[in-house]
Amino acid sequence: MKPIVKNGLLLVVVVALAFGPLFLKRNAEFAGADVQAGEAINAVAPNYKPWFKPLYKPASGEVETFLFALQAALGSGFFFYYLGRSKERYEASKREIKHD
Amino acid sequence: MIIMNLQMIKRISLLIAYVLAIYIVFPNDAYGMHIMEGFLPFNWAAFWWLAMIPFVIAGVRSIKKTVALHPSLKMLLGMAGAFAFVLSSLKIPSVTGSCSHPTGVGLGTILFGPTAMTVLGMIVLIFQALLIAHGGITTLGANTFSMGIVGPFVSYGIYKGAKKLGAPLWLSVFLSATIGDLMTYITTSFQLGLAFPAASGGVMASALKFMGIFAFTQLPLAVSEGILTVMVINIFSAYNKKELGILGVFTGKELPTNKKGVKL
Repeated sequence: MKPIVKNGLLLVVVVALAFGPLFLKRNAEFAGADVQAGEAINAVAPNYKPWFKPLYKPASGEVETFLFALQAALGSGFFFYYLGRSKERYEASKREIKHD
Repeated sequence: MIIMNLQMIKRISLLIAYVLAIYIVFPNDAYGMHIMEGFLPFNWAAFWWLAMIPFVIAGVRSIKKTVALHPSLKMLLGMAGAFAFVLSSLKIPSVTGSCSHPTGVGLGTILFGPTAMTVLGMIVLIFQALLIAHGGITTLGANTFSMGIVGPFVSYGIYKGAKKLGAPLWLSVFLSATIGDLMTYITTSFQLGLAFPAASGGVMASALKFMGIFAFTQLPLAVSEGILTVMVINIFSAYNKKELGILGVFTGKELPTNKKGVKL
């Protein structure tokens, strides 16, 4: 099997794992697991008060989404730049071998 | 390139010191994720910070050595950081009806060893703590310990063990990344259990409760992370044989020599 076919099939599995729950649990809230943990702490230790607050909190859900998207964009930008560069170098070295 | 530059790391630590100073002068009002800001009692927060420091020092040394010996690997190191950066920004829905995100440190661990990922994982966590109010500075020690120390060391052990037992590369990579990811969240559950023991049942009962929240949500995400890591290693085996070869030399790992990549 060609590597690209292999990776294509693997990608299908990842997409199914990520989007499957949205169909399986149509009515769920899909809140962050951290918020649930915060609630669980309240249940175990009702008197506990967080003693430190984040210095900056995104002003709204939109701003937070923007920052998360920015993080993903920066990371994948560099990641795919690296992949493209690697592929080009590999092909260039193959061409050189042929010309020799 | 952006992430692993050592001068950058120095600048970032300066920035942290600066931000901490401001933080204390102008407290703000908000919540976060991982273990949320302020959600560990002071003593535990301090304990995990202290536990983290030796690994960070070892990590900076390991990165310095790698970069000094093989400057050509800088880009690959940055790529490992970028991979963790992307994966930890993706909050993915899970079968439990809540969301969590993968850690993405398994790939870098397989390439550069566990302590290098302590440093890269910590940088990702700092970014998220400061800009997105996700995690926190007081809980940075605990979160780095789970995502940047326990996760990578477990990944590393499983990768080496699986290779030794003769497992094919793809399986070693998959198990390593998947179980490392899961262990990160199991560690988080224990950290919370230790800090907040249940009135009946103590630390274990409480840890199991947190595990019910974190670990089950994490299961499908860990599998996704394992598969994504295998995909990346497949691509590298095709196009970056030289780099993988160099890394294999100084970690004593075997890497595939066939051109087509990993056999499935």
